[in-house]
Amino acid sequence: MEHILSASHISKRYAQHHALNDVSIAIPKGSIFGLLGPNGAGKTTLIRIITQIITADEGQILFNGEPLQPKHVPLIGYLPEERGLYKKMKVGEQLVYLGQLRGLSHKEASDKSKFWVKKLEIADWWSKKVEDLSKGMAQKIQFIATVMHEPELIILDEPFSGFDPINANLIRDEILQLRKKGCTIIFSTHRMETVEDLCDSIALINKSEKILDGTKREIKEAYRNNTFLLHCQGSVASNGIFDVLSEKNEGENHFSYQLKLKEGHSANELLNTILPQVQIQSFSEKIPSINEIFITKVGGDKS
Amino acid sequence: MKKIFLIIQREFLSRVQKKSFLVATILVPLIFPAIIGVMIYLAIQEDKATSAKTVWVIDESKLFDFSDTTSSNKYAYVLKDMPLAEAKTAFNETEDYALLYIPPMSLDTPQSMSFYAKNTPGISVIGEFERRFEGQIREAKLLRSGISQDMLDKLKADVSIETFMIEGENEKQSSADATFWISYATGFLIYIFLFAYGAQVMQGVIEEKNSKIVEIMISAVRPFQLMLGKIIGVASVGLFQVLIWVVLMTGIYTVGLGALGLKMPQQQMMEEVQSNMPEEAKQEADLSKYQENAKVQKLISAIDSIPVAKITLLFLFYFIGGYLMYASLFAAVGSAVDTPSDAQQFMMPIMLPIIVSLMGLFMFVFKDPNGSISFWLSIIPFTSPITMMGRIAFGVPTWELILSMVLLIGGFMFTTWLAARIYRVGILMHGTKVNYKTLAKWFLQKN
Repeated sequence: MEHILSASHISKRYAQHHALNDVSIAIPKGSIFGLLGPNGAGKTTLIRIITQIITADEGQILFNGEPLQPKHVPLIGYLPEERGLYKKMKVGEQLVYLGQLRGLSHKEASDKSKFWVKKLEIADWWSKKVEDLSKGMAQKIQFIATVMHEPELIILDEPFSGFDPINANLIRDEILQLRKKGCTIIFSTHRMETVEDLCDSIALINKSEKILDGTKREIKEAYRNNTFLLHCQGSVASNGIFDVLSEKNEGENHFSYQLKLKEGHSANELLNTILPQVQIQSFSEKIPSINEIFITKVGGDKS
Repeated sequence: MKKIFLIIQREFLSRVQKKSFLVATILVPLIFPAIIGVMIYLAIQEDKATSAKTVWVIDESKLFDFSDTTSSNKYAYVLKDMPLAEAKTAFNETEDYALLYIPPMSLDTPQSMSFYAKNTPGISVIGEFERRFEGQIREAKLLRSGISQDMLDKLKADVSIETFMIEGENEKQSSADATFWISYATGFLIYIFLFAYGAQVMQGVIEEKNSKIVEIMISAVRPFQLMLGKIIGVASVGLFQVLIWVVLMTGIYTVGLGALGLKMPQQQMMEEVQSNMPEEAKQEADLSKYQENAKVQKLISAIDSIPVAKITLLFLFYFIGGYLMYASLFAAVGSAVDTPSDAQQFMMPIMLPIIVSLMGLFMFVFKDPNGSISFWLSIIPFTSPITMMGRIAFGVPTWELILSMVLLIGGFMFTTWLAARIYRVGILMHGTKVNYKTLAKWFLQKN
């Protein structure tokens, strides 16, 4: 698989502590990549190294196969978590200014800004000052500033904070469209439903080390533990093929179970054994959510 | 480079477009002449209004003459012939200014006199009285040693000293007054500029940090570019403002002098030159007029002797150099703090050398422009922008000037480098308690 960005063995030390310790990640081209981790894990440090705000003490980063260097800055769009705008500047001026700083000509910056404000339904605010804007509208402008120069790699740190559900959806759709056009997107977020919904691959960083990475499917696969959920009429009991982990009587001979399949057996065998005993209403494998994996990995570390 | 230019452009436009800039730019050249005018007017009015102050005199020595009031009519002397204690009580009941008691003494053994007043008199008042009595004793002694009154009168002379500056083989008339004012004005202007615009740089940085635009910015430009762009942007606002002031003030003074029937010195000189050039006869005819105008001529030639071009260029150099020296430090302070009030503790070490420069200008440079303290103040880059401007009008050896300029360039490169290392870390830090140790840590931190 082709990687737009691959970071290998990145370490960054500050006087007292390690911010990053031997972290390697590879981001497939055209994917949406989730960078997860608790507060203070080192996500922002890693992002700042990728955006060349700071440099790593050790390790190497390749961008499209080349060592990362200043010429790559315009190819990356970064929406930091701590973000703001020049309050006294007008919306239009500000977008054109930020676009120019990212390598667009004045005309390009002006055209693209106008295109995007129309797209995000804030064209009326073009000549208003930023200080008069609501937080959500300011967020939209920051989003436009991040993507208007059509970067190949877009890094979004908590992009949905401050948005109401409607606008969050609007931005979500824009992100998916950008991906369709070939952009690669890195999400740094705590919101697991976003990760479940959007991300193709993830990396989990905890205490300055990477503790997990891969595609979302692979990880879920790796964390499934042969547990199945069963709703049925009638009752079942543990046997040679499965154990009953929990049983809940829902009245009128209705039960819901969590069943654990024993080593060396398949789900089909399980079904075969219970089919004659009960009337099945639903049967599914219990796949761990990213949220659960996160809590297991990070919380498990603590205990 | 293109990015720095964009940043400079934004910093410049966002400040110049503010209403406060417009107001300050227009009002300052109107307000300063207005204040000076009002003060001169008040001073004249006060001079006219004050009647002579009454001074009671008890002269038990009978040596002094109080009938002479030609030297100054500020004081009216009333001779009292009563004991001191009685006079004090009586004096206290009046509105009069002072009571002077002269104890019995001879010319050869002057005793100290006593001056009683309701308010402590200024040094200049006492000095005036002292000079008056010293003069009278000297005259009395001279008369006693056989010099006639006639001779004594002839001894009195009005002396005025004209100063000249020797440069190689040329000898130019200079004016201590004019050079003083030029030194004063240029040095003081740099002082004000350092504070006003240095603070603007700091505020700008704090604003960027507080509004959290800064991380968006430095993902596109390097922190050093952002800092330098701001510093140069603010400087260009300052230069632009000074330029407008110069134009406006020149305009106002020309109009003002015109209204008073006077002409700008340059204009007058040009006319003078024109009328003098054509023929010798006319020149002779003009001679008497020329002599009448001697005082004006002296002033004009003094102004003429000041190397305007040299001073202007050096002023620009030290104005910009001094600003660059300090602006980056102000930027570093701004980057380290979250609010302007947090900045106070770091401002002191920056402000101190600026204030020392101004004090040095008054205490050393004006008294002894070529003394060793003046020399060092004008060589050390932290103080040179203000103090060297004070020395230039008095004439500075070329090697000193070059040394000072080279050190200033080195100085601002050093402070910019130092400040940039703090700035790049500071702008990304929020809510950290910052002290000098933290700053040192940031400075040493690898990027």
